[in-house]
Amino acid sequence: MIIVPSPHMKDSVTTQTVMRDVLIAMAPALVASVVLFGFRSLLVTAVCVASCILFEYLFRLVTKRENTISDLSAAVTGVLLAFNLPVSLPLWMAVIGSFVSIVIVKQLFGGIGQNFANPALVGRIVLFISFASQMTNFANPTLTDQGIELITGATPLGTLAQGGTPTSYWNLFIGMHGGVLGETCALALLLGGVYLVVRKVITVTIPVAYIGTVFLFSWILGADPVYQILSGGLMLGAIFMATDYTTSPVTEKGKLIFGIGCGLITVIIRQYASYAEGVSFAILLMNILTPHIDRLTRQKAFGGDK
Amino acid sequence: MSIFAQKTLKGVSLYHHKNTEDLATVVMPAPDKVYIPLLQHMGIPCTPLVKVGDLVKVGQKIGDCEKMFSAPIHSSVSGKVAAFQDIISPNGSRTQTVVIENDHLDTIDESVAPPEVTDTKSFLQAVRESGLVGLGGAGFPVHMKLSLREPEKVDTLIINIAECEPYITSDYRNVMEDGPDIIKGIQEVCRYVGKITQVFIGVEDNKPKAITYLKELTQQYDNITVVPLRSQYPKGAEKVLIYETTGRVVGDGMIPADVGVVVMNGTSVAYVAKYLQTGLPLISKRLTVDGSAVTKPQNVRVPLGSRFIDVINFCGGYKETPKKMLMGGPMMGIAVYDHEYPVLKNNNALLCFGEKETRAAFETDCIRCGRCVRACPFGLMPASIERALKAKDVDALKDLKVNRCMECGSCAYVCPAKRSLVLSNRMAKKFVREHA
Repeated sequence: MIIVPSPHMKDSVTTQTVMRDVLIAMAPALVASVVLFGFRSLLVTAVCVASCILFEYLFRLVTKRENTISDLSAAVTGVLLAFNLPVSLPLWMAVIGSFVSIVIVKQLFGGIGQNFANPALVGRIVLFISFASQMTNFANPTLTDQGIELITGATPLGTLAQGGTPTSYWNLFIGMHGGVLGETCALALLLGGVYLVVRKVITVTIPVAYIGTVFLFSWILGADPVYQILSGGLMLGAIFMATDYTTSPVTEKGKLIFGIGCGLITVIIRQYASYAEGVSFAILLMNILTPHIDRLTRQKAFGGDK
Repeated sequence: MSIFAQKTLKGVSLYHHKNTEDLATVVMPAPDKVYIPLLQHMGIPCTPLVKVGDLVKVGQKIGDCEKMFSAPIHSSVSGKVAAFQDIISPNGSRTQTVVIENDHLDTIDESVAPPEVTDTKSFLQAVRESGLVGLGGAGFPVHMKLSLREPEKVDTLIINIAECEPYITSDYRNVMEDGPDIIKGIQEVCRYVGKITQVFIGVEDNKPKAITYLKELTQQYDNITVVPLRSQYPKGAEKVLIYETTGRVVGDGMIPADVGVVVMNGTSVAYVAKYLQTGLPLISKRLTVDGSAVTKPQNVRVPLGSRFIDVINFCGGYKETPKKMLMGGPMMGIAVYDHEYPVLKNNNALLCFGEKETRAAFETDCIRCGRCVRACPFGLMPASIERALKAKDVDALKDLKVNRCMECGSCAYVCPAKRSLVLSNRMAKKFVREHA
């Protein structure tokens, strides 16, 4: 007979099914990136996923810890990292990004649930700073008579910053504009977001607070709010990066503060700083504040204050 | 009152598995030997009133204790006291147990006669003599619960028929089979206890037939209200039920009577009425026997002291090798290591599961998803408690109000990382007590 503490019944949701749902939710954006940027985006993604899983496997092996690749979190990090890379990036750089994400940010801090910042996000930032020109070599999918062709060009926010012609809302929505491979198609990202909410993997609080704040604050500062929420990494960041369990607050009140904070920092960077894109840094800064937000937004226990 | 006033507490939606709800209770004949532990309630063990070789009759008192926190224990069969032995209860403590050889004559003891009840004192004495303890699971002596320090303050009686644990249907069968007794019991309690002006019967809405039937039975009583509760575990937890029916909050270190409420389980209150009519002490109990390893799941009226294996054999034996046996429901029930253990007063279910249901879940580190925080009915933060316990941080544990945890298991149920959060909460409570 088995003797274990109660409860003797558990929900069918496991860490693995949660991560699997996140992978499923990212599938539309991956398909969109293949359509927009060609099959190299699939190659970049495959390299990131494979190297993330391999680094996690090797790290756990070397440090003699239980193997954790079956929880699929390394695969999620791999896809997210790939989504943050331009399609033309040399593959060895992508592998370096995976190393930073998995080994430095995730495993050195104790593995799943312990990292202070989103691994894929830091991977992207490290690559961005280390290989600035390759990381900003954006392909610009453009519809021609021969189908979609890739022309090197700036992102919509970059174009705007340089005073160029803004991209149309429709092209922003379906992803016909320059950017990293997973961020351009707002439609596909929103589809994934709806899936995550329906499957109860995430609550709507962070994405809505984040995107809502960017919309409102951009509008107040005189920028085009629709253009702002559809361009750059906002959709990808708000739906998939800022909602990372480990690096966002636990309570809904905390999530609200977190989302608003991300939104404010994003708009400030976009409007006043020299970077055209602010999402990665905004989320990273809020990641660091998460333990403090958690402490301030502790849930009140039932049964009075004593 | 503001429209935002929250009247419901959180919880989790479970599969109900109420497989046995439509099966009428079957009476199980007493086995050849019964094993009656002298501690079947929350409190002090009884001292035996019989010795080896004595002849005992059905309903004869065989153990009692003059202390308040105790309830007498009666023989469920007639026959000879064969031995006294210690058995190790599932929580690890040793309990003195009377073993009685059944002569199958079912001779009723002379003492069994309707008690004379004229006032509160004689009512409480009668409840004490019946051996009644809270039949919902906790086993708190009922006469203690009904002995109020400030009777004039208690204005509400709540009858708990939420039966929110999956599988268990014994309280439901009690309504369907002994419904009128529930109403009679309520009237007796109202007559003698406190200044009760309102009675709520809380029933989860997954039992529509019970709700309809109880509404019919209570139609003529203006002060009794049947309250359908949303089927969300753990609606049957005392503090949750009190809050959802009356809006009153039983705070830290308080008992329901402090907010003017007495809560009784539906089966307990029906038993009070029965005892006042017959004087037959508590010597049998309705059990839901279910689970994948049981051949014939059903509700059984079992003589107290029958071993679990006797009950299983009565239900057609094991269908497959049992891997886990539970006293009580799957959410809060206790895993039993041995099917030789006897049925006690506060048992309401006996569940046996085979290999498939008991496969250990794959545990990972906490992923900080916050599901436990969203599930806890009392607004606690189990993942933070687990971390604070690991860090042996007493102050943080106190801040996190771990002492309020009722161990309902909602957090551990929803945890995708399959962490043993109930266990860590229990250990944290103990840790705080030891380092206070």
